[in-house]
Order: sequence, then structure tokens, then C-alpha cells
Amino acid sequence: MIVTKNLVKRFGTGPIVLDDISENIEKGEKVVIVGPSGSGKSTFLRCLNLLEEPTAGEVWFEGNQINLPGVDVDRIRRKMGMVFQQFNLFPHKTVRQNITLAPTKLEIMTAEQAGDKATALLKRIGLADKADAYPSQLSGGQKQRVAIVRALAMEPDVMLFDEPTSALDPEMVGEVLDFMHTLADEGMTMVVVTHEMGFAKEVATRMLFMDQGKILEQSPPKEFFGNPANPRLKDFLSKVL
Amino acid sequence: MFNDIPGQIYSTLILDNRWTLFVNGLLVTLMIAGIAIVLGVAIGSMVAITKVNARQHKRLRWLEVICDIYITVIRGTPIVVQLLIMYYIIFATASKGAAPYVAALAFGINSGAYVAEIVRAGIQSVDRGQTEAGRSLGLTNGMTMREIIFPQAIKNILPALGNEFIVLFKETSIVGYVAVMDLTRAAELVRSRTYDALIPLIFIALLYLGIVMLISWALRKLERRLGQSDVR
Repeated sequence: MIVTKNLVKRFGTGPIVLDDISENIEKGEKVVIVGPSGSGKSTFLRCLNLLEEPTAGEVWFEGNQINLPGVDVDRIRRKMGMVFQQFNLFPHKTVRQNITLAPTKLEIMTAEQAGDKATALLKRIGLADKADAYPSQLSGGQKQRVAIVRALAMEPDVMLFDEPTSALDPEMVGEVLDFMHTLADEGMTMVVVTHEMGFAKEVATRMLFMDQGKILEQSPPKEFFGNPANPRLKDFLSKVL
Repeated sequence: MFNDIPGQIYSTLILDNRWTLFVNGLLVTLMIAGIAIVLGVAIGSMVAITKVNARQHKRLRWLEVICDIYITVIRGTPIVVQLLIMYYIIFATASKGAAPYVAALAFGINSGAYVAEIVRAGIQSVDRGQTEAGRSLGLTNGMTMREIIFPQAIKNILPALGNEFIVLFKETSIVGYVAVMDLTRAAELVRSRTYDALIPLIFIALLYLGIVMLISWALRKLERRLGQSDVR
């Protein structure tokens, strides 16, 4: 579904952030990326929907190379939902407007269809009563769940999560992870950058370990956590587990 | 000077229907300020958006240079000089009746330079994550600017923008330099007829003050309305 070929990213003339990454993410996979901070995992994720433009290499989505001049990136991003560490809800719009904005503006749905969709999605996360509230009236966990359904309203084929629980108070991490777990169970293709090892163990179909811009090890979670091969991964796991 | 206030008021406002001079002058002042504010906001927003976008695309650098030259020249020269250049050089052949519009244009172009910097600061005050969220949903650059960035930017810059409107409104009092009969010029005309400076000048000062207070009140109201989403 998403393929990267020899992906390289550096900011200006700075050090290389992504060093020749070739990766293939299949439909239905739940890929969880872990690694020390500064290892390039967020940058890798952001290269997948071209929020960061790769310095070199190719990014393919559903059979087409997308980092070519002339490609309508906006159209491709409709199919790749993204969830951010800082939620990035639109503060001047109500919860409902946050969800309906993109589908209606892009004329994918009528106002009525989008409204019904928003209602259904909000019911799912138990926030139907917050439809007309503004983001500033929500807790962190509620904000992040709204941000997830905002992306889901576009009916994406894949969801990218960039440290979705890192900015949350500890007691709110659970509600967000539970919802992500449900999504995973329903078959959503997911790429998740996170520090939540418990979630990774339960949900991932494949783990990636990144350090210094390279993927140093990848394996199913059982092997990844139970029998890590790379010494740097061993070191990393010994610190975070 | 203060010996016959009622008589002075009478000769300033009532005699020869002089109040009509003030009313007409006020209308001209409001017209010039109104056109200039609309023009200034339009030009300023365009310049600001151009500058913000040009920064991201190397090929558009020349646009940024043009915008910078505009801002530097306009902010670096006195508005009176700009007005005189506009009237006596650029529109030298225009008819007398066009003078108020030439003045409005000069003030609009002048205000645009200040508004541009205010709006640019406003756009940059909105968190980068807002743009990323919009774009990640598939919204175009233009939609993201219109629907997400601009509304938040306007909210942040409303006080600065209001300040600019007030300054602009008061600055129009110099249009007498190019023979436009605005409120200040009307007072000067009446003063020269009655040989009484006190009543006409205090009268128009109060008028300017009243209108500025009105603008401030309207802006405060707007600010409160835009602040709706801040409730916690």
C-alpha cells in the first residue's frame, strides 16, 4: 500500500535524518515504529504523506509514485489520515465543524451527509454531547479522539499516528489507545509512532526499530520484544521496558 | 476669545447654514477613510499572503522582493508627500472632483503597507500544526489559508488592526493639502470667515473623538464575538 524506495531526508545542509529507507507497508498491517528521540521516526511518518518532502528517493501509495512534480498531493492525502501529537484541532470551529470541514469543502459529502457522519462518529467515541463544544472545552483525551474521528470522516485507507498519546496526561492515554485498538481490530491499516510498548505488543503486526535515520530491526512484536537481535534495540528496550 | 460663547456657536454653525459645511466635510472624511480602510485591508492581506507563500517557494522570491520594496517605500516616506505625489504627479490630469478619490487611493496604498505587516505577523502567529492538520486532510493550500489560518490570524491581530484603522481615520485630516474639503478643511474655512478659532476647532476635535470612540466600541464588540471559542 505504501512503499518507500531509498528514502533520504535532510533538513537544509544539516545531518541526514532519514538514511536510505526502503520499506513496504501492506494493506491491513499495523506497523508500530519505536526508537530513541531524534531517530527519524516522526520524519519518516511525515514523509509518507509528504508533509515533509523527501530529499531523495521515492514514496509510492496504492501503486503510484506520489513525490513527483505534477502529482495532486492533496487528493492523495484524502486517503491518508494523520493524527498529531498536539491534536491540532481547529480552535475556532466546533467539534462538529472540525469533523465536517474537509468532507464538505472538498465536496466529497453534502453538508447533511457530513453532519450525519460526524454525529455517528461522535457517538462512537461517546462525545455526541460535545458536538457543539469548542476544542478548548475538551480534555486532552477527548481532543485526541475527536482528532482521530476528524481524520476518519475522510474515510482514509491508512491512518498515520505521530506519537498520539505523548502530549496526554497519563490518565487519558488509555481512552485514546483503546479507540486505536478498536480501529486496528476493524482492519484499518495503521502506521504508529509511539512510546507505548504495551499497545505495540498488543496491536502491532510488525515492529520497526529506528535509530539514526535507519531501520535497524523489524520483526513481529513477540520476537521484537522477546528476542531482539540488534544490540542497540536491546539497549533501547532495556531502558523503556 | 471666550466672551460670547453662544454668539460664537451661532456664527460658527447656524449663520449662513455653516453647519452644512461641517456635515459635508464629515461625509467626505468618512468616505475617504472608508475606502482607504477597505483598500488597505485588501492590499495588505494580498501582500501578506504573497510574502508568506513566497517564502516557501524559491521561484516566487521576486514577488517577495516587490512586496518588500512597496513596504519599505511607503513606510519610509511621509503620507503628506505620498498624497502630494499622487495628486500633483500621478493624477496631475485628473479633474478637481476626483480629488477625494485620489486621496482615498493614496491613503489605501499607504495603509496597505502597515496592514501587510500586521497580517503577516498574524498569519505567522498561528501554529504550524494548524496548516499541517488542514493539509493532511487533503485541503488545498488556499482552503487551509481561508478556512483555518486566516480566521485565527484575524482574531489575533484585531487589536493591532483596529489601531491602524483609528490612525488612518485621523490622518485623513491632512487631505486639505490637495484641496479636498474634508472635516478639518471645513473648520478652517469657517474659522477664516468668523475669525473665531475656538468653536470650529473644538467642535471638529469632539467629532473626531466621538467617531474614534465608536470605532473602538465596534472593534471591542467584534473581538468579543470572535473570542467565542475561547470559553473554557
